[in-house]
Amino acid sequence: MQTRLTINGNAQTREVAPATLLVELLRDELALTGTHIGCDTSQCGACNVLIDGQSVKSCTILAVQVDGKAITTIEGLADGDTLHPMQAAFKEAHGLQCGFCTPGMVIAGIEIVRRHGPDVDAATIAHDLEGNLCRCTGYMNIIKAIQAGARAMGQTGASAMGETAHA
Amino acid sequence: MRDFEYARPASLADAASAFSGGGEAAFIAGGHTLLPAIKSRLRMPDTLVDLAGVAGLTGISSDGDRLWIGAMTTHATVAVDATVAAKIPGLTGMAKLIGDPQVRNRGTLGGVIANNDPAADYPAALLALDAIVDTDRGSYAADDYFQGMFATALADGEIVTRVGFRVPLASAYAKFRHPASRYAVVGVYVARFADGVRVGVTGAGPGAFRWPEAEAALATDFSAAAVAGLPLDPADLNTDIHAGAEYRAHLAGVMLADAVKAA
Ligand SMILES: Cc1cc2nc3c(=O)[nH]c(=O)nc-3n(C[C@H](O)[C@H](O)[C@H](O)COP(=O)(O)OP(=O)(O)OC[C@H]3O[C@@H](n4cnc5c(N)ncnc54)[C@H](O)[C@@H]3O)c2cc1C
Ligand code: FES
Ligand code: FES
Repeated sequence: MQTRLTINGNAQTREVAPATLLVELLRDELALTGTHIGCDTSQCGACNVLIDGQSVKSCTILAVQVDGKAITTIEGLADGDTLHPMQAAFKEAHGLQCGFCTPGMVIAGIEIVRRHGPDVDAATIAHDLEGNLCRCTGYMNIIKAIQAGARAMGQTGASAMGETAHA
Repeated sequence: MRDFEYARPASLADAASAFSGGGEAAFIAGGHTLLPAIKSRLRMPDTLVDLAGVAGLTGISSDGDRLWIGAMTTHATVAVDATVAAKIPGLTGMAKLIGDPQVRNRGTLGGVIANNDPAADYPAALLALDAIVDTDRGSYAADDYFQGMFATALADGEIVTRVGFRVPLASAYAKFRHPASRYAVVGVYVARFADGVRVGVTGAGPGAFRWPEAEAALATDFSAAAVAGLPLDPADLNTDIHAGAEYRAHLAGVMLADAVKAA
């Protein structure tokens, strides 16, 4: 089925088999392997991407369902070698260990800023990370990282809709 | 996943004809119940008919004593909508407790009530808020619509278009969430109207149900004390790996008191 996709700012029309999950399109056909598959059962959030600014588990949506929409993956956040403020905050605050959950955490964090603004508190962040699992960190530094990233996004005026890189 | 055809109709009539085009068909809304079911081969449709482009299935409006919510409205939208918060803040609170932010961004009212999972939240709210379920073929009172585990009054191919909730004087939902799945182990929605009280219970039994003894007690005295120790017969409740029937009966009382206090 002909599907119009804008992925990290690049608009394209592709022939997509209806049974293709968005995460399969991203990883297997477009080689955007930063989006991870942790569970494939809608639980872990490692596969989160932004669709028109909303975080969505890309293992639980068909590629044909995002026809006409703008998708931002972890690869679309940095501006060249300059990390997105939320990515930089994860690095600074030791918000990752093995890094497997990190792309989904960063995406969820950016949407938390869109929903709650740059001054979001730690309890709200913890609550809004319910759809993201991490088996390494114990979450404390992830929450710290998102809070620091939120403040930095407020200061730099970075977009919470994703799409800084190639828009 | 196994291959299937995919149709993206723009009207209810086109959706109905795509559905009856041959083979096993299924509507897809947010896909957060259906896609996991297809992955695990519980469902093997030949055709998916996407309701996302069908006109008239979204939108929230208030009309007299009813708050109408379109079937394709996501939980995230209900959670932040100003009309919902002004008319039925209890429903705002309930929507915020469904799943997690990503599930709320995709999952829809119509999808929940068409599926009628016995641990879903909305069925308790529809029963307590005396809701009307409108479809492309007619309409149902919530009391007739829910018919036990995964069963509803919908005929094959019938499309839920919107739900009209009766605006109460006060209402609230209390939920004991399963810590991993986030579905309700037990959830209780309480609504107080000028002409009485309605109580909807989900998670506890094979399908959402009303609790007549609680309704009667609260109608004369709307307080947690009025329902303290009110028994719920465990014989009608679920026992599974998550919780036994006796525990669910106890939880229902605790959730009832919490909801009454919050309303
Ligand atoms: C991790 C996770 C956690 C969740 N936690 C909760 C929770 O805490 N509480 C809760 O209540 N739910 C929970 N859910 C379920 C979530 O709310 C689903 O989104 C919902 O049950 C189905 O809605 P949907 O729009 O995704 O429907 P879909 O999956 O698209 O469809 C579900 C079924 O309904 C049919 N259907 C859809 N729309 C219509 C319509 N308008 N008319 C007729 N038939 C229709 C479909 O054909 C299908 O059979 C959770 C889901 C996940 C993945
Ligand atoms: S891989 Fe999508 S939620 Fe885990
Ligand atoms: S850092 Fe390893 S899973 Fe989160």
